[in-house]
Amino acid sequence: MLVVDDEPGMRMGVARALGDCHFDLTDIDQRVAFTVETADTGEKALEMIRASEPDILLLDHKLPGMSGLDVLDHVGRSDHMLTIMITAYASLETAVSAIKQGAYDFLAKPFTPSELKTTIRRAAETLITARQARRLAQEKRQVRFEFIRVVAHELKSPLAAVEGYLQIVRDRTAGDDQATYDHMLDRCLIRTRHMRKLIVDLLDLTHIESGRKKRELAEVDVRALADTAVETAMPDARARSITLQIHGSGPLLMMADAGEIEIVLNNLVSNAVKYNRDNGRVDVRLGGDADTITIAVTDTGIGMSKEETSRLFGEFVRIKNDRTRNILGSGLGLSIVRRLATLYGGEVRVESEPDVGSTFTVVLSRKVRADQAVEAVQDHDA
Amino acid sequence: MAARTILVVDDDMDFRAQLRVQLEAAGFAVVEADGLAEARKALAQGRPDLVVVDLMMEHMDDGFVLCHEIKAKDAALPVVMVTAVAAETGIKFDATTDGERAWVKADAILDKPVRFEQLKREIGRLVKG
Repeated sequence: MLVVDDEPGMRMGVARALGDCHFDLTDIDQRVAFTVETADTGEKALEMIRASEPDILLLDHKLPGMSGLDVLDHVGRSDHMLTIMITAYASLETAVSAIKQGAYDFLAKPFTPSELKTTIRRAAETLITARQARRLAQEKRQVRFEFIRVVAHELKSPLAAVEGYLQIVRDRTAGDDQATYDHMLDRCLIRTRHMRKLIVDLLDLTHIESGRKKRELAEVDVRALADTAVETAMPDARARSITLQIHGSGPLLMMADAGEIEIVLNNLVSNAVKYNRDNGRVDVRLGGDADTITIAVTDTGIGMSKEETSRLFGEFVRIKNDRTRNILGSGLGLSIVRRLATLYGGEVRVESEPDVGSTFTVVLSRKVRADQAVEAVQDHDA
Repeated sequence: MAARTILVVDDDMDFRAQLRVQLEAAGFAVVEADGLAEARKALAQGRPDLVVVDLMMEHMDDGFVLCHEIKAKDAALPVVMVTAVAAETGIKFDATTDGERAWVKADAILDKPVRFEQLKREIGRLVKG
């Protein structure tokens, strides 16, 4: 804090009142203390501010050379420094023009140490809240930038793989055996399919995140949707002799956007097939009570360690180890599932054991107001 | 004379397969490794004439780690680093100055996607003699 006043008594008084006190700002969980510096003229104050901007400027209106308002005119409105103007008693006019010129607050002379502290506390709260908001915005930008960078990388890798094969096929670099080229074209198709899945997942994610997607809430039967998800995964499961089974019977109704529940089920069931072993099993158990619906998908796959499960729900976190090396995934599926579960006032749990298998359990609330749900997701992000 | 052997270290199986085709067509023998562990194993089994290393594998810095290990044991073994990092982050580094060679332990650095003609040219330059 910089105190600017031509009366030595005032400078010392303020320095003494604030020098060894601190403020506990309980609302924002911060403790603040000030270092007090002083100046006896406006000219000297400006010099000091230019050298190093204080957080709070306590500025007397009546100064020998340039006035307090002149100083305020020079420093203007700053995001990082709050000015409190000291005015003569009952000089409301000066106070008003000070505020108009960018001062944050004013103190009328004479004031007690406790009045001073109240004003300073308020200023400190404002300063710190603004600072926290700026830092949050900065972090958000950083996260977004990082996300875009990773998306670019994830999209470029399959593109590079396809280009590389096409070049070889065009130049016939691999000899005369047609089967070699057929295999390369198959790999191109696999990589482009993966790229398409990534784009679809990205769109799902941005729709959920923006909260702008038009959600069509209606009564949906989760069991019917699970049947569809299992049918969708059936070709891949059959190719590797994996048994897929749904347990439980009777309709399970909830208010939901059918498309969103499909995304949850498709992600869980296709993961359970993808990360399974050949000849394994996938069991989908559906249940619920009056308020909630539970979807549990168990596989007999590669499983994960505790450390791996803790990282699982992040974006583009793909658990990379010897067992997952040749499995392609967008790295977004579970992040999407978690966001959707939050949207339905629920959660996702995972239990897993390496080389034994994993169970993913999603609990969804049967009734949730759409506006509440969107707020929940946004809070979650902040 | 036996064909020169090139060790290709990359976690993308398609990139390894493509490099194998391209390098075999150019008369090289190719050994593949999909990460740090396999690369160590391959190096323990015999000295290649050159190593091509992708910078990012399972862990962000596995490529760097491998390059350092290779150069610490066998400074004369040429290493070509391929990377998508430069294009994505705007970080530009190459191995043309002594200062950079001191910390990037590689003899050449190529951006991904790799132009195979350029890679073959670099390999030709580094394994001759």
